[in-house]
Amino acid sequence: MAVTHASSAMPKRNESSGADGAAVIGSTSATAQAAPKPPQLRAARIRRQNIIKTVVLSLTMLFLFIPLAAMFLFTVRHPLSGRWSLDAWRAIFTGDGSSLGADLTVLWQGLGSSLGLCAVTVALMLALMVPTMVIVHIRSRRLERAIEWVATLPLTIPAIVLVVGLGPIYRWLSADLLSTKPIWLCFAYVILVMPFAFRALAVGLNSIDVKTLVEASRSLGASWPRVFLRVLIPNLWQSILSASFISIAVVLGEYTVASLLGRMNLQVALYQLGQSNSQISTAMSLLALVFGVILLVALDLISGAMRRSKEQ
Amino acid sequence: MSSSNAFSTQGAAVARRTPIPPPSALPAVVSRHRKELGTLGVTVPFFAYTACFLLAPTLIVVFGAFSSADGGFTLANFRRLAEPNTLAAFGTSVLVSVLSALIGSMVGALASYALVIGSRPNGLARRLIGAISSVLAQFGGVMLAFAFIATLGINGVGTMLLQQLFGLTVNPNWLSSMPGLVTIYSYFQIPLMIIIFLPAVDSMLPQWREAAESLGGDTWQYWTRVAGPILAPRFVSSFLLLFANAFSAYATAAALFSQRSILVPLMIQGAMRNEMDVNQQGFAQVLAFAMVVVVALAMLLSHAVERRAGRWQ
Repeated sequence: MAVTHASSAMPKRNESSGADGAAVIGSTSATAQAAPKPPQLRAARIRRQNIIKTVVLSLTMLFLFIPLAAMFLFTVRHPLSGRWSLDAWRAIFTGDGSSLGADLTVLWQGLGSSLGLCAVTVALMLALMVPTMVIVHIRSRRLERAIEWVATLPLTIPAIVLVVGLGPIYRWLSADLLSTKPIWLCFAYVILVMPFAFRALAVGLNSIDVKTLVEASRSLGASWPRVFLRVLIPNLWQSILSASFISIAVVLGEYTVASLLGRMNLQVALYQLGQSNSQISTAMSLLALVFGVILLVALDLISGAMRRSKEQ
Repeated sequence: MSSSNAFSTQGAAVARRTPIPPPSALPAVVSRHRKELGTLGVTVPFFAYTACFLLAPTLIVVFGAFSSADGGFTLANFRRLAEPNTLAAFGTSVLVSVLSALIGSMVGALASYALVIGSRPNGLARRLIGAISSVLAQFGGVMLAFAFIATLGINGVGTMLLQQLFGLTVNPNWLSSMPGLVTIYSYFQIPLMIIIFLPAVDSMLPQWREAAESLGGDTWQYWTRVAGPILAPRFVSSFLLLFANAFSAYATAAALFSQRSILVPLMIQGAMRNEMDVNQQGFAQVLAFAMVVVVALAMLLSHAVERRAGRWQ
């Protein structure tokens, strides 16, 4: 008992004062004398690790941030005349690109359909996956495995391959059933976000005791819809939120399916605008990126706050 | 105390007076069947949906690869895979994917290790870098192309800086050269590696290092005998995932090159756009089929490595 106590307190003392710590080790116990390395060596290792850590992280962050910084500089400095101006940003926030000779209607059209696609895709994805995953989680281990396999399959099938197969399906859908409006891309997008959404929801399902919750509320007389709305969804709120956020990020960044099927979305609009005015399209890309970071940081903060409130 | 005792005995008496009827076997079986049918019923929308928009497109690609223009079975489509153009595109695609996956996995693994050592799991830096990494890993291909055009394009900021400071001229075609492509692809590979490798580094216990040290091992021995073998399977499977990720990437390349089809996805794009020519449709499906085979092989291998690793843990 005394020995374990001494050895657990040891590292702390070593950190606070080297020489003192060495004296304590020498006097306290046999285990300390048997330790192969003097504390100075360990301190040297920690210092070396800190240097490695700083160097590696700074280099990586430098590589990741240089293009972003260049993007920003590119938007405020006219590349040919070298003139500094905020025209590109002003054009985006006022919605009027005439000062730069650009027509922004295509951008708003693309942004509009991407936002609409986000909403519809998330709604469809949740309606399709949440009830299925919950029921299967309670009732059948085998079906759960099957659904996991299907839901993560899109990782193995590249989006461009999916487009080749979706081409005929969408040609039929848009000619005979629906219109050629970009909003119908949501059917393909649900498939694209499925692996990410599945992971997020599975984490939530595994972290609570779904079976007990359902049995308790069913035995107290709640109907299935009531169990879903009043018991399960509040408990799964965090993972539903993270599944939705990651889906929004994927949909906002999607280019492959939309461009090859000839539909307009944010990325296709950015690409088209980039052909005529690269400053505005670069500014808009940066904005979309910042929006993505804000979305994920917000998710992190919300889940942190929820965890704290649960613990209290 | 006594009253609660009385209450409980009373409760037991009540329970004894109204015995629960023994469950007869038949209704139980029926209700279990009904339950199973109910479970299946709830999953019907999910499976129907994935059949329409995941299974059907995949089958169209697979059958399309083996059928001729008039609908019969043929292997003629595959002959075009052996054409020098196609082979070159596959070679470039594989090379870019392997190189960017190598750089991405090594730098990403180092960065995750650097993030973990000597910091708390919920530290601000780690959470921020986590969020930024997940955005950059998803960073839309078009936006990524813009970022690099803004940096090293003809009028890019980096190009001008290099010109003014050092008198260096960046070749305007550098971005579309092999080193340029690998650099751009590494840009989304490194954050992806950080996301998928961080949990593995995180699960390394500091006690393992202490144990190795108390047995007289030095840093080299710790890495080659303890940490290396534990992390290796996860590293290999992450590398394979990164390879598949780069191999299936399309948007960046499509935004960078408008004409040349030097990568497989760009060849598919070219074949798809040529809808007038019926043979081209079959060609797109063969290329897509070959892509699925490559990516599926990488993913299968990655799963196999993970499962092997799972046996030790």
